[in-house]
Amino acid sequence: MLNRRQVIIAAASASILPQAAAALSVSESQSIVAALVTEVNAVIASGKSEAAMISDFAVLFDRYSDVPTIARYCLGADARSASPAQMQAYTAAFRGYIASKYGRRFREFVGGEIIVEGAAPVKSWIEVETTVQLRGRSPLRMDFHVSDRSGSHKFFNFIIEGVNMLLTERAEIGALLDRQGRNLDALTAEIGAV
Amino acid sequence: MKIAFALCLTLASVAACSTAPDGATVHDPYETRNRSVHEFNKRLTGGLGSDEDRSGPRIPQDISARLIDFADNVAMPGVILNNTLQGDFVGATSNTMRFLINTVFGAFGVFDPADIMGLEEIDADFGQTLSVWGAPEGAYLELPLLGPSTERDFAGDIVDVLIDPLGLFVTDDQLVVASVGSIAGRIAKIDQVGDTIGDVLNESADSYAQARLIYLQNRRYELGIEAAEVADPYADLYGDQ
Repeated sequence: MLNRRQVIIAAASASILPQAAAALSVSESQSIVAALVTEVNAVIASGKSEAAMISDFAVLFDRYSDVPTIARYCLGADARSASPAQMQAYTAAFRGYIASKYGRRFREFVGGEIIVEGAAPVKSWIEVETTVQLRGRSPLRMDFHVSDRSGSHKFFNFIIEGVNMLLTERAEIGALLDRQGRNLDALTAEIGAV
Repeated sequence: MKIAFALCLTLASVAACSTAPDGATVHDPYETRNRSVHEFNKRLTGGLGSDEDRSGPRIPQDISARLIDFADNVAMPGVILNNTLQGDFVGATSNTMRFLINTVFGAFGVFDPADIMGLEEIDADFGQTLSVWGAPEGAYLELPLLGPSTERDFAGDIVDVLIDPLGLFVTDDQLVVASVGSIAGRIAKIDQVGDTIGDVLNESADSYAQARLIYLQNRRYELGIEAAEVADPYADLYGDQ
């Protein structure tokens, strides 16, 4: 149990923190994407096995993105009626699912490199533009959307050549859920097994 | 004659494009038929990406890059024509330079010295020209062998074949070589992205819907059309508002 003083401190910090965190910064957004890209490039260049690269990407995904928000949005309206325990299990399974799926995509960039081009505010977030330089192929444009609404600067979406990860995964999770008769626990078990 | 036919076809097909209801991001009135074509295409490409031991493309990188460069160069007169039809004279001029440099110094386009000189291809096709002219996207289509398309893009593909000016510059024999090279280049391109396509087709719970969504988003991006739908998971927590 919290004592009275702790409650006051918690309430006070709760009223201060959102303001401190509200300073969504273009340069901060660009630097977290730059840091992410440096680490992704290092994984791509490491020449590790696919499984090892995927587990490296899972760590980076955790560190640099707002996983609970991404997971909830992709689940859609079904998240409204889910219990906290169900959401926790689903979010953990989703983390592995997305790291494995996009880890394999990023692994195809072997021999290539991601370069940060710049950042600008778009709607309520910061868009950080990057270019994926590939060996013997035309470069790809990849934008990261960064927000500080989770409490710190994290990316919550990326768009590769116009293809929006959140919208695409929301459709895919929706289809998986349909296949499982809209049973969230069954969905969690299925994506957790990937 | 061919041009007149292409013109008629363009007008007819654009007039026939079914218009999407306002705000709809996916307009797919032929879904049932499209889904059966999708099953056919999926069986056809069943081998793609299913090879567990396979890492990377089957065609060696060096050969496939040459095939793709040659095919791109053969397609260039058609691209330049579309740059011009869209009023993009900067693109048309730059692509003409590219075509001349690669044809003369790049062994008829087998190599791409223009790219090294910083002269990148400014892509254009007749589907894009129709979009620039204001034709609606029409319904989503999945075509046998060719895969995802729209009514506008399908009309564009046919017109591109009919108005290809390459025949004006080369003999019939050379045209055969160019066509074979073009097909080889297309196969090489599919081989390069085969794993990705195969993964999407084999692993998705609804590969038809995924292919449709990915194609439409990517194509609209290429055409410079602002995305109809954005995702703000902080304002719209469950994406259902």
